Amino acid sequence: MTFFLQIIITGLVVGAVYALVAFGFVLIYKSSDVINFAQGEFLLVGAYVALSLVVFYQVPFLAAVALTLTMCVLLGVVVERLVLRPFIGERVISVIMATLGLSLLMRGIIQMIWGTETRVYPAIFPDAPVRLGEVVVSQVYLWSLGVALVLLAVFTVFFKYSSTGIVMRAAADDQAAAQSMGISVKRIIAITWAIAAVVAAIGGVLLGNINGVNPSLAYIGLMVLPVVILGGLDSVPGAIVGGFTIGLLESLAGGYLDPLFGGGVKEVVPFVVLLVVLMVRPYGLFGKEIIERV
Amino acid sequence: MYAPVSPQLVIDSLTLHFGGVTALTGVHLEVNAGEITAVIGPNGAGKTSLLNCISGLYRPNAGRLFFEEQEITNTVPHRRAELGIGRTFQNIELFKHLTVLENLMLGRHIHMKTGLLSGGLFWGPARREEELHRRRVEEIIDFLEIESIRHKAVGTLAYGLQKRVELGRALALEPRLLLLDEPMAGMNLEEKEDMARFILDVAEEWGTTLILIEHDMGVVMDISDRVAVLDFGRKIAEGTPEEVQQNPLVIRAYLGKQ
Repeated sequence: MTFFLQIIITGLVVGAVYALVAFGFVLIYKSSDVINFAQGEFLLVGAYVALSLVVFYQVPFLAAVALTLTMCVLLGVVVERLVLRPFIGERVISVIMATLGLSLLMRGIIQMIWGTETRVYPAIFPDAPVRLGEVVVSQVYLWSLGVALVLLAVFTVFFKYSSTGIVMRAAADDQAAAQSMGISVKRIIAITWAIAAVVAAIGGVLLGNINGVNPSLAYIGLMVLPVVILGGLDSVPGAIVGGFTIGLLESLAGGYLDPLFGGGVKEVVPFVVLLVVLMVRPYGLFGKEIIERV
Repeated sequence: MYAPVSPQLVIDSLTLHFGGVTALTGVHLEVNAGEITAVIGPNGAGKTSLLNCISGLYRPNAGRLFFEEQEITNTVPHRRAELGIGRTFQNIELFKHLTVLENLMLGRHIHMKTGLLSGGLFWGPARREEELHRRRVEEIIDFLEIESIRHKAVGTLAYGLQKRVELGRALALEPRLLLLDEPMAGMNLEEKEDMARFILDVAEEWGTTLILIEHDMGVVMDISDRVAVLDFGRKIAEGTPEEVQQNPLVIRAYLGKQ
């Protein structure tokens, strides 16, 4: 039982990070129909920048995070302006290749700067584990889960009720109509990229605090695909539910199936889910069924 | 307030191609403040293209546009909305997932002064401003008689009501020039009469200049001050409804060569 609960908690923490990263991915897809393959690299940039600030420049942790997020806002806006905007009106495959190229480019630059060895954050959260009944959990897990949940709640409320959120939903719904209302769609898309980069960076900082940082963390960018396919590419609640589901499944597979098969199941399970979803319900749990009128 | 010393909108020899297809050829049109101008013509004559050039969705290949003596030929669409040009679309372009109220509130976008952050957090000034805009929107809701559906998601409404909501959203902008692309298409007689009454009231009570595309000749002749006729991307006639009805070129464009 204790083992099971441990696995569930690990799954929830990983799932929360998936949900954050997927949330950014879905935002971009909703607002501009762009599939962003560089989402994992945004996460990596966030993790490394915060780490460098804390370790090399001795910036206090919270200030380092604030600086990192500010930088990620700029990064998101610049990437949109330089990489994506020239592709407006181009075919989907061109845009996909552009974000794929962007992800390789960013990964290359990251490795040039920070190398490939794993770097660890100094202990930010107290070391002493917390006992929840029989289960012993390290504090960093609980903090990560808490931060991710709060952020997801804040963003959900932001999109549902704030006027900026409503403007963003409107622009995602119908760009021509949004323009006729005086809404600058370009500005909205820039904001979207900034938010996507920020949530990914927060995911990176959280994961970095748990496992350390190395370039393979960018694999989360790939894990986002099963998450959003499961949840529905254009659904924000879908990204959240999908994130937790995939995180839990992965963790359960890692705990119970890996020992039986000698490892590797954990990594495969999300993609098995992806294939099954594509066969059964290709628009995901919450995505809208698209009916093309010809 | 804009003083109508010269035409409010001047369209000067506008030409628009899509690749090899010419949608508009040297179209010239002047629209006076407060008037209702109908743009008519057979299918594919370039009416919607003309409206899209005015609202900025299309950029003409040649020719110039002036709104209230300011050149807007290269002005981006959202900027034109800020200048006071509103529009509706031929195939309803509402924000389907939002409610009627939210759609209309989005029409107030250009009048909202609070920035991204306070708009996001809904603090102090943002809240007071929201209440002010809410009052304007409620006036429009009363005017269009859509009180009962204000909290419904727009996608669930009947077609005729959606057309009315779209008009409301454009009115929320308080445009000085309003472009209506087939506001009565697909409506039954009663709905058309309602819409015609709303359009006349908008012109009369709000002093809004209107340019509308409409196929129902009865309606066009009833409500417009002036009529411009397009055929194959060229303006073939312009004048009062009576003048246009008598024009042999117009009769030929509609009935074909005899």
